[in-house]
Amino acid sequence: MQDGIVLTMRGIYKSFPGVRALQNVDFTLRKGEIHALMGENGAGKSTLIKVLTGVYEKDAGEIRVEGQDGPADIRSPQDAQNIGISTVYQEITLCPNLSVAENMFIGRDKGVGVRWKDMEKKAGDLLKSLGIPARPKQQLSSCSIAVQQMVAIARAVDADCKVLILDEPTSSLDDKEVEMLFGLMRDLKSRGVGIIFVTHFLEQVYAVSDRITVLRNGELVGEFEVQSLPQVELVSAMMGHALAELSDLDKQGSSDALSGEAFYEASGLSSAEARPFDFRIAKGEVNGFTGLLGSGRSESVRAIFAADHVTGGHVKVNGKPVNISKPVQAMKAGIGYLPEDRKRDGIIADLSVRENIILALQVMKGFFHPLSRKEEEAFADEYIKTLEIKTASQETPIKSLSGGNQQKVILARWLLTHPQYLILDEPTRGIDVGTKTEIQRLVLKLAEEGMSVTFISSEIEEMLRTCSRLIVMRDRKIVGELTGDQLNQDTVMKTIAGGEQA
Amino acid sequence: MTGKRRKGGVLSDLMIPLIAIGILILFNLIRDPGFFSISLSTNNSGNAVLTGNLISIIDSASELAIIAMGMTLVTAATGGQDISVGAVGAITGSVFVQVLKGSGDITAGTVVLGFLACCLVTVLFTSFNGVLVAFFRIQPMIATLILFSCGRSIAYWITGSATPQLESPIIKAMGMTIPGIPVPTPIFMVILVGLLLLLFFKTSNIRLYTESVGINQGASRLNGINPTLIKLLSFIVLGVCVAVAGVISTCRLGQVSHKTLLIDIEMDAILAVAIGGNSLGGGRFRLSGSILGAYIIQMLTTTLYAMSVAPANVKAYKAIVIILIVVAGSPVIKTALSSFWHRLKNNRAGAVSREVN
Repeated sequence: MQDGIVLTMRGIYKSFPGVRALQNVDFTLRKGEIHALMGENGAGKSTLIKVLTGVYEKDAGEIRVEGQDGPADIRSPQDAQNIGISTVYQEITLCPNLSVAENMFIGRDKGVGVRWKDMEKKAGDLLKSLGIPARPKQQLSSCSIAVQQMVAIARAVDADCKVLILDEPTSSLDDKEVEMLFGLMRDLKSRGVGIIFVTHFLEQVYAVSDRITVLRNGELVGEFEVQSLPQVELVSAMMGHALAELSDLDKQGSSDALSGEAFYEASGLSSAEARPFDFRIAKGEVNGFTGLLGSGRSESVRAIFAADHVTGGHVKVNGKPVNISKPVQAMKAGIGYLPEDRKRDGIIADLSVRENIILALQVMKGFFHPLSRKEEEAFADEYIKTLEIKTASQETPIKSLSGGNQQKVILARWLLTHPQYLILDEPTRGIDVGTKTEIQRLVLKLAEEGMSVTFISSEIEEMLRTCSRLIVMRDRKIVGELTGDQLNQDTVMKTIAGGEQA
Repeated sequence: MTGKRRKGGVLSDLMIPLIAIGILILFNLIRDPGFFSISLSTNNSGNAVLTGNLISIIDSASELAIIAMGMTLVTAATGGQDISVGAVGAITGSVFVQVLKGSGDITAGTVVLGFLACCLVTVLFTSFNGVLVAFFRIQPMIATLILFSCGRSIAYWITGSATPQLESPIIKAMGMTIPGIPVPTPIFMVILVGLLLLLFFKTSNIRLYTESVGINQGASRLNGINPTLIKLLSFIVLGVCVAVAGVISTCRLGQVSHKTLLIDIEMDAILAVAIGGNSLGGGRFRLSGSILGAYIIQMLTTTLYAMSVAPANVKAYKAIVIILIVVAGSPVIKTALSSFWHRLKNNRAGAVSREVN
């Protein structure tokens, strides 16, 4: 093996029934580098990682790891761990009720007896050397998500780790926490660990990576040095076509609608989770709730849909007072809601794509009015085509689709009910750039056709691109409303941060 | 129900129970080629009836098959099981006997009245379970443990005597055979219940709602489904099934013994659901699987008795076979089998393409 290289994957093939997930993919990881693995949903990133960590068996190809003679035979995550490949997944897989030290060493010791003192001391040393702000005896659940993430990394690198895989480690962290994590990554890099960084956040790739490998449709697009690949080119490499139109979405129609007739009006609306607030949306308007995580933006839209228990307020739809205290009443009033947490609140994992698409429409039609199989298939077919949902068939369980395609199915579910008002809470989270633009474009198109849309996103840029009115929240209160010229990154940031910093 | 689901899915879902029943049939045919022979004979009331092991298996499994159907729905919606069905079935029997005794002569009218009373009372009892599970969110096993423990006492209070008897040609016709029809009546009852459920499935969204609630309750609620109602509904359907099974069993025996009526049937019903390839954790389900499961269990019992295994040993032998079936249907074995199947298919496809080249 060449000097300075810790991992090579050559000619990797992997297919699943009906899908070629990887075709002749090469990947090289050098000592002490942070290597971003990029691609749209379904490009094959996760499959490649799972082949590397022994979750999937590859169909063909060769993996070599430094320190191993000949090709490595990785058949289980344990095998991968043994030859120095560690993984930290997006969802934290530690035990919240154990201490930090226990979490770092549990399942590691060979014998039965554990020497707690030694373990705590070792954990303390490691935490200190990595600069992780946690005490060994502290219960893990008392640490912030970011620190828990870092403990997971500490656990991973404690073993003789040559390759560290970070799968979307930043998706639930705020900016400051992301910086902390990057500090840790740079530190590990300087110790010679090769890091594979899987993420959807382009800015983060440029902030921390040395090289980028891009996959598309299961094939290798190329390996690039970060400096030689501007962001726009990266995006077009991922999408396979130039993305000049990314920025020039036309939201003219939507801003005209602002002053129009209201579709939905609420005054003093409150729920178990949201404090009383007033809200109004006009026909054909696209507006958005923005604010930091926990500012109450999701809770507010959940109150509109009655996703949480509604505790008060007056609601008018099309000028007429209505009572919306259950989701089904919201649906009947013409409101659709795409929830923030796709896995928990959106998909019915074991049901097929078809069943997931027709679900909401079916419920609205009523218990004793089932759609015929033919109608269901026609609807599913139509939306699979319009939204370009990548699935082997309508009958595929939704859980085996990639995240972006699952999201499209949920979107299809609500579009099929032909709502007059659609609430989209983080529709683009964890989704590749291509699908993101598609969804943004769709939102504007729907608004042009007269649909009202409320859009929530953590990415302010995305909100600015689609919304003609932004409602800014802080500490579970609405603190500002921005329209027209105020819709720029600067003003939004200042409003989110609060008056004293303006 | 929305017609056939995944293309080719029916076979692969029911593969294990179908193979199991196939092996049982084959085994019996090899052991005794005449095992499944059916003959027409005259019973002691002078009616011509079909007899034979096959008839006896299908007949005896009737109560189990009917309860297994209801259990499947409860399992799918709640991810748990009702262990009180046997005890509640005993209550059904007691109510049936009490109504008939109280109304004097046993006529078609009083039997129908008795049956309706049974349905009402039984559904009330299973709804009690349903409310505990759906509304108070108590673990189904714990919620139904209450009636499991006290149901047979309630049955005793209702009748007030140990084993009240029912003597009437109508009762015999319901529990055994109707004069002039050589097939045992309980078999028709299974078909009737099955058809009624099928009709319910065709004209409503119960399958979609039940599966949806069983898989992801929170998401179902956000799509306008009321999970509490759906779970309760599954217990109501189970109640009707138990009522039918309780009445059949009472008629079959011509008496109600609160201690033994439908004894242990809850465990067999749960087993039938599992053997039928349904996940006991809820979600997707197949009624046909559970019905097959019920017949497998009964065929197994009948086979063992036919092999003159001592009654005391039957349960042990049954357990061994059931271990085999359940393990064969486990996710681990299923995955291994399907990957083996794919490799086989790929190899064959590869061989063909090589030949072509």
